[in-house]
Amino acid sequence: MQLELSEEDRRFREEMREFFTTQVPQEVRDAVREGRELTADEIRTAQRALNAAGLAVPHWPVEWGGKDWTELQRHIWNEEMQRAFVPAPLAFNASMIGPVIAHFGTEEQKAEFLPKTANLDIWWSQGFSEPDAGSDLAGLRCSAVRDGDDWIVNGQKTWTTLGQYGDWIFTLVRTDPDVKKQAGISMLLIDMRSEGLEVRPIQLIDGGHEVNEVWFDDVRVPGANLVGDLNGGWTIAKFLLGNERVGVAPVGSTKRSLALVKERAKARIEGDPLVRARVAELENELLALELTALRVVAHSADGEPHPASSVLKLKGTELQQAVTELVLDLAGPGGLASGAVGEPTSGLEGWQQHAAPTYLNMRKASIYGGSNEIQRQIISRTILGL
Amino acid sequence: MDFSYDDEQDALREAVRGLVGKAYSDFEKRRQAVEDDPGFDEAQWQRMAEMGLLGLPFAEDDGGVGAGPVEIGIVCQELGRVIAPEPYLTSVVYAGGLVSAVGTAEQRQEVLGALSAGESVLAFAHDEPGRTWSATAEAVTATQDGDAWTLSGVKEPVPHGARADVLVVSAALPAGGTGLFLVAGGDAERTGYAAYDGTRAARVAFDGTTATPLGEPGLDVTASIATVQAITRVMAANQALGAMQFCLRATTEYLKSRKQFGVPLNTFQALNFRAADMYVSQELAQSIVDWATMVVEQAGSRGDQEALIDAARRASLQVSRSSRHIGQEAIQLHGGIAMTAEYSVGNVVAHLTVLDHLLGDGTHHLSELAGAVTGHADIDPLG
Repeated sequence: MQLELSEEDRRFREEMREFFTTQVPQEVRDAVREGRELTADEIRTAQRALNAAGLAVPHWPVEWGGKDWTELQRHIWNEEMQRAFVPAPLAFNASMIGPVIAHFGTEEQKAEFLPKTANLDIWWSQGFSEPDAGSDLAGLRCSAVRDGDDWIVNGQKTWTTLGQYGDWIFTLVRTDPDVKKQAGISMLLIDMRSEGLEVRPIQLIDGGHEVNEVWFDDVRVPGANLVGDLNGGWTIAKFLLGNERVGVAPVGSTKRSLALVKERAKARIEGDPLVRARVAELENELLALELTALRVVAHSADGEPHPASSVLKLKGTELQQAVTELVLDLAGPGGLASGAVGEPTSGLEGWQQHAAPTYLNMRKASIYGGSNEIQRQIISRTILGL
Repeated sequence: MDFSYDDEQDALREAVRGLVGKAYSDFEKRRQAVEDDPGFDEAQWQRMAEMGLLGLPFAEDDGGVGAGPVEIGIVCQELGRVIAPEPYLTSVVYAGGLVSAVGTAEQRQEVLGALSAGESVLAFAHDEPGRTWSATAEAVTATQDGDAWTLSGVKEPVPHGARADVLVVSAALPAGGTGLFLVAGGDAERTGYAAYDGTRAARVAFDGTTATPLGEPGLDVTASIATVQAITRVMAANQALGAMQFCLRATTEYLKSRKQFGVPLNTFQALNFRAADMYVSQELAQSIVDWATMVVEQAGSRGDQEALIDAARRASLQVSRSSRHIGQEAIQLHGGIAMTAEYSVGNVVAHLTVLDHLLGDGTHHLSELAGAVTGHADIDPLG
């Protein structure tokens, strides 16, 4: 048992802090700090700054730009990034399809896609969920049928986040309808400029356009774009979702949000003991969560996730939501001015204008990445043996 | 940053688990042990002394073993797992901790030597009727006449106050502040009774009772009391952690074995999800307890009392939340059986409730933390 970071990890943390606070453009970091939506170019700029320094995809294999870091160093990298308001590398690229191609892809696929994926020269979208396949992902119906060497894809994907910017989409498709549902799924990489592919926006309750439907109407996909084994898509999906879960406890950014609102609404907090108690309780829960994250990274040996990682997703998203709720409450009546973003005549502060859309938007956090009910299922079955 | 135990610590845990398991893993034996005064098993207390547990926190020069907070925490977790009724926390950690922190070299050797050897039970007489948790004394006052000191007033409840051979007593000093005194147990007027978890407490009255100043006579030691209270809170949190782990394990076993409507209870997702939430509470508690225990260790070498007190409050708040949640749900998911005195779980919940209120409950600590919430930007556990 040792509280302090080792000398090496301390130096590592200082390096990360120095990099993130000096080498990523200030405008991008300010945008994150303000809570405003980033443009596609801002996201590219930030990821390319990281990639140029070899810091965009540290968890990839070393030959494709990864770093041979410890789990703790990865944790520190992630926390310092959030602490400095640096947007994380696009998850679809860095956390999802990159590791999948590196693990399951052919040499040709690796050489073709990985460098562009790391540098965000290709913007990936995720084609998993369908209108009738959410938590029950294996029930997906979007089909791919052989035509010579190619595949012909028909069907619909939904909740495709930032699909309006997507260049390529990694897609789970049904390649065998006659077997157990998990055994008939494959993964295809599909160029989003293909004929017959259409992206349709979905308006969300926060007023924004974050997610989309993606429609496939006889879309022709070359056979070389199959990832891994034919009908081996479920194994890939589990691999990908396992990686996703580790990254979905945004302790650092939630801490930043709480610290920011303490600064912005200081007078209100100081004047109201009930609000102070709410802040103190959240801070303590976040501390317990952060310590749990540290316990998990310290004990995730041999790539096997610590059983408590489901706790991180479950509690992490609950706290993330609770902080957005507090921020909205502290915005007071000013929270109504969500439509005044960028309106120079509005006398309300940016954080107040963003508070309600953020609160509404973050309701998604307990739904995505394996809904929190799925996490409870994992805990009760896998950990408690129920 | 390392949350793992070394081989020696693992061995200590195994040894303690063996000792307390033999005594109390059959819950009926624990019931018997608390049935009659003094509310614990004197022979078991001796065995704990022989294993070196009673002297674990104290310096070798004082007759102890000189182990650190991580080791004490391990002992408390194992005691909590079987809710061993021996007064380890209140006698060794709390009262002994005060003697260790404040006593003269001579007092430490005499009092802690006897405590470590199992020859003497200590109690800290501190709480006073009508007052809430505090590091100071008001109702019991100290009077000085030359080198002689006497105490007057009432302390209640005093954990194991009727059994204690030596009382460590806090008292308001004539010149202001709070001092500590040693009083022979038999010199005070004591009325003992059972607490709701089977352990014992007492009303202890002083009426011009002769007392020996602990450490330098007349010195205000409020800060030392606050520090030892913080350490004791962290160890109580360790003990509660062991008890919570017991509750969750008992609950999951019960859900798997108990049948209703012709099927085991774990057929019902509504119940399994509640158990999953108990697991979340338990893991959050373990993380913060491990951390606070390491802060105690670091504060010991650096003398950073403020960090220690803050960490103890934070651990106490989380453990209060977690232990209530886990305790209440453990009873609910068991159903009526957990309401009975003969079944373990309800008693473990009673003990968790005692621990929660020993040195400030969640609301008490939250109130302290809330008062200081704008004094920092955020909490960085890595420092």
